[in-house]
Amino acid sequence: MSAYFLRRLWQMVPTMAGVVLLVFLLFHWVGGDPAYILAGKMSDAQAIANIRAQLGLDQPYPLQLWKFVRQIVTFDFGNSWATGEPVAHIITSRLGPSLTVLLPLTILETGIGIALALALAFVRGSRLDRAVMVACTVGMSVSILVYIIAFQYGLAYKLGWFPVQGWGDSLGQNLLHYAPLPILIGLCVSIAPTLRLYRSFVLDEAGQDYVQTARAKGLSERRIVWVHVLRNAAIPIITHVSANLPALLIGAFLLERFFGIPGIGREVILAVERSDFPVIKAITVYVAAATMLFNLLADVLYQAVDPRVQLA
Amino acid sequence: MTTASPGLWMLAWRRLRADRIAMLALAVVTAFLLLLALSASGVVAADWEREVGVNYAPPTFMGAAAASAAVQTASVALPPNPFDPLAADIAALGRSGTVVAPAAKRTTLPFGADKWGHDIVKKTVKGAQTSIVVGLGAAVLAVVLGTLFGAFAGFYGGAVDDLFNWFYSVFTSIPAILMILTVAAVLQQKGIVTIVLILGLTGWTGPFRLIRAEYIKHKGREYVLAAHAIGASNWRKMFAHIFPNVSHVALVQLSILVVGFIKAEVILSFLGFGVPVGTVSWGSMLGEAQNELILGKWWQLAAAASAMALLVTAFSLLTDALRDALDPKLK
Repeated sequence: MSAYFLRRLWQMVPTMAGVVLLVFLLFHWVGGDPAYILAGKMSDAQAIANIRAQLGLDQPYPLQLWKFVRQIVTFDFGNSWATGEPVAHIITSRLGPSLTVLLPLTILETGIGIALALALAFVRGSRLDRAVMVACTVGMSVSILVYIIAFQYGLAYKLGWFPVQGWGDSLGQNLLHYAPLPILIGLCVSIAPTLRLYRSFVLDEAGQDYVQTARAKGLSERRIVWVHVLRNAAIPIITHVSANLPALLIGAFLLERFFGIPGIGREVILAVERSDFPVIKAITVYVAAATMLFNLLADVLYQAVDPRVQLA
Repeated sequence: MTTASPGLWMLAWRRLRADRIAMLALAVVTAFLLLLALSASGVVAADWEREVGVNYAPPTFMGAAAASAAVQTASVALPPNPFDPLAADIAALGRSGTVVAPAAKRTTLPFGADKWGHDIVKKTVKGAQTSIVVGLGAAVLAVVLGTLFGAFAGFYGGAVDDLFNWFYSVFTSIPAILMILTVAAVLQQKGIVTIVLILGLTGWTGPFRLIRAEYIKHKGREYVLAAHAIGASNWRKMFAHIFPNVSHVALVQLSILVVGFIKAEVILSFLGFGVPVGTVSWGSMLGEAQNELILGKWWQLAAAASAMALLVTAFSLLTDALRDALDPKLK
């Protein structure tokens, strides 16, 4: 097990090196000279040269790359170009609000998705099953923007059931007062694709021999679905959820932006708008690292729930 | 395409024909593409930028009551200003007859008007053109890249495969939307071509994985060995012999990506990282609609949202049917 772990970590090194190289190339070679962006419209050659020297842009590329690697390892990306806030502080302080929305959302989405997918397994192939699937396709076709705009206008602005936007300082207030509407919208948007995916996992299992065996020995359909099928369908579901967590952190950027939640996603949008390169670079590199680690976690979990799987 | 393996495509078409929902979806998608062709060639909606209605003219079916409420009080003619530096020029222009009185603006339009009085129906058609062109263009680019990379990686194997797999794992370890936003931040310029490039260059990973697997499967088959025996070049084996047999995978991927990219373009344009100012897309329409909704002007939101939902629903249903028709083992 630990040998497997070490080998997987070792295999991440070239991928991580690739990510660092890709981000470095994007920002130092594809993109324009950031000194011009920083200097603004009223710039002269002297000011630009100063900024370039300050950022180390006048040094050779290998030296800059080395500096970038050192920044990543030491978690020190300097200060944001836009606000002067340390980048490390931006990331750590934005993580909490993001998780306040994302953790309840993920738990609810997974729970509801599994329950609905199993319920649909009872009526697979029926008219109801088909109708739900078409409804899911229609639901997925409406842009997430439309959900957010309509729900924010209808439920918060018109009916006043929820605050239109905002964020407080205490976890309780955020969780109970500000987060429910974003979570509700997130659920509406994500339940359709989730249900489709989980349904395919469940149906994969429903055709297996052990299901026939269970049926042959006289178990009730309910017990077959909720005990036998669920335990096996849970394997791909668990790996799917854990592997997707880092992407979710960014994926909620629209919710965070509309509802004024100071999370990671909104920070990315702000950074792109302001050309705040240190923040984007840091978030990209760390999210990529998190994605790799969670993929490994998914594989380990896979083995934990399915003893047949050998990690070798 | 049909000459290479008529069996597969004929059979798939027959299966598709039997599926009523798929045929309906195909009709809707064809209608949108037709509209796109007409709009791109300037037959319809070329004059969408003409301000034909009053500001926020309501849809005609809402009736005259709403219309009269929307009409603003006619502005009183300003008294002549003796210090107006342009007065003489304007008077001269007026005499020469080049200044035409603005055409009477309509108080209602079939589906209302936006802030400037543009006809929403025409605007939605023009927006559809942008969004579909971006979606199709980016999807074609992504599938071409994915197919090329996948073909090389799968066919040659070994070090080539390792290199492309390294590429693949690097690109997939950064979440797609973060990748798109990062590239948007770096490129610093807006335009249809830019957004097609951003989406296409970041979206090739899905087709790559599947096409690569197909090439690994096919490269040892008898027909490829036969081609080798008669001296076909690697390039010819890859694209004249194997590709027709795996092209259905590329087609399904194309269809999936078009849907994803249309949605992505809408979000990018909404955030202001997409189409440039002056170009209308469904995303920029939704961006305007967000503020209009507070004023109770819901029609632009409704038009853009329902046009997009209709197309994407039809496209998704067609994709599902296409996959079922091309791969009967699935399901």
